[in-house]
Amino acid sequence: MKIFIMGCGRTGAQLATTLDAEGHQVTVLDVSEFSFRRLPADFKGTALVGDGTNDETLKKAGIESAEAFVAVTQGDNRNIMAAQIAKYIFKVPKVLLRVYDPLRRELYNNLGLEAFSPTIIFAQLLKSNLLDRGQ
Amino acid sequence: MYIIVIGGGKVGYHLGKALLTESNEILIIEKERSRIEFISNDLGAVCMLGDGCEVSTLADAGAARADMLISVTGDDEDNLVACQVAKHKFNVPRTIARINNPNNEAIFRLLGIDVTINSTDVIMESIQQEMPTHMLTHLMTLHERGMEMVEIKIPADARSVGKKIKDLELPAGSILTLIIHRDQKPVTATPDLYIQTGDQIIALTPTDTEDQLKLALKGK
Repeated sequence: MKIFIMGCGRTGAQLATTLDAEGHQVTVLDVSEFSFRRLPADFKGTALVGDGTNDETLKKAGIESAEAFVAVTQGDNRNIMAAQIAKYIFKVPKVLLRVYDPLRRELYNNLGLEAFSPTIIFAQLLKSNLLDRGQ
Repeated sequence: MYIIVIGGGKVGYHLGKALLTESNEILIIEKERSRIEFISNDLGAVCMLGDGCEVSTLADAGAARADMLISVTGDDEDNLVACQVAKHKFNVPRTIARINNPNNEAIFRLLGIDVTINSTDVIMESIQQEMPTHMLTHLMTLHERGMEMVEIKIPADARSVGKKIKDLELPAGSILTLIIHRDQKPVTATPDLYIQTGDQIIALTPTDTEDQLKLALKGK
C-alpha cells in the first residue's frame, strides 16, 4: 500500500518503520529534517521536508496516488487541516489522524474523519490495567 | 450582534475596536495573558484567556448565542478549526476566517467556511493599486454572484479612449458602473458617455472575464 505519514515524531517514525519493514511504500513528511533521525538506517521509503497542510507540497510528494494518509504531528489543528485536505481535496481513500483533545476528536469523528485521541485510549488502557490487577 | 473574535494580535485588536464602535457585543479570545492585559486596558473587559479552537472555551464564551465568529490568528489551521468548531458544534450562523497562505482560500471554502479574508492578497492588491503600471485592480469579490468588482485606469494609448460606452465590446455580463473623469466627481456610467484618458472606471464583471474586459478597454 502507498502510505503518507505526516509528522515524523515518535509515533510517526514508529509507524513508518513498521510499515516499511512489512514492504509498504511509505512517504514521511516533516517540517524539520532533524526529525528523520528517528528513522532506521535501512529505511527504504521516502523522507521529505515539507508542510503537510500545504496542498502544493502534498501534490509534489505524489499524494494523488496515495492510498492512505496518516496525520500525526504534535498539533491537533494541523492534523485536522491536513487530514481534510487529504480526504476532501485529494480524495485519499483512507485517512487517519491523531487529535489529543477528546472533544475535538468527537466533533471531527461526527464530521466523518477517523480521528483517534491518545488521551482517551491511554487513559482507558491504564484504567483497565489498574482494575485487572490481582486477577 | 454578538461577535466572537479569535486572536488578539494586531488584527484582532483593531477589529474588536472597530466592531465596538458599531455598538456590537464582542469577545476577543486570546492565548497570551500580556495581550489580554493590553487590550483590556484600552477596550475594557472584552477579552477572555483561552484557546479559541477548544470546544470548552467556546462553550464558556457563549458561542451558542453568537451571531458571528471571526478567526484572525496568524495560523491558518487554527482559524480553520475555530470556525469549524463554531459552525458544527455551536451552530454559529456566520464564520469568517483570515487566511495567511493564499493557497488555502479554495480549501477553506470547500471545507465550509462562510467567508475567507486572504490577508496576503489584500495587501498585494493595495500595493498594486498604487502602481501606475497596473491598469486593473481588484476591489472585491462577490462570491455568491460569481462577480468581481474592479477598478480600471484608462491610459492614453487605450483603444477605448474617445469611444462611447455603448460602443464598447464588453464581455457578457460585464457592467461599467461609475466613471471618474480626471479631477472630477464620479458619475454614473451611462451609455452615451465618452471614455477619456485618465478615467477611473468602477466595473462589475463575471469572475474570469478580467482579461477580456481589459482587452475591450485597453486593447493589446
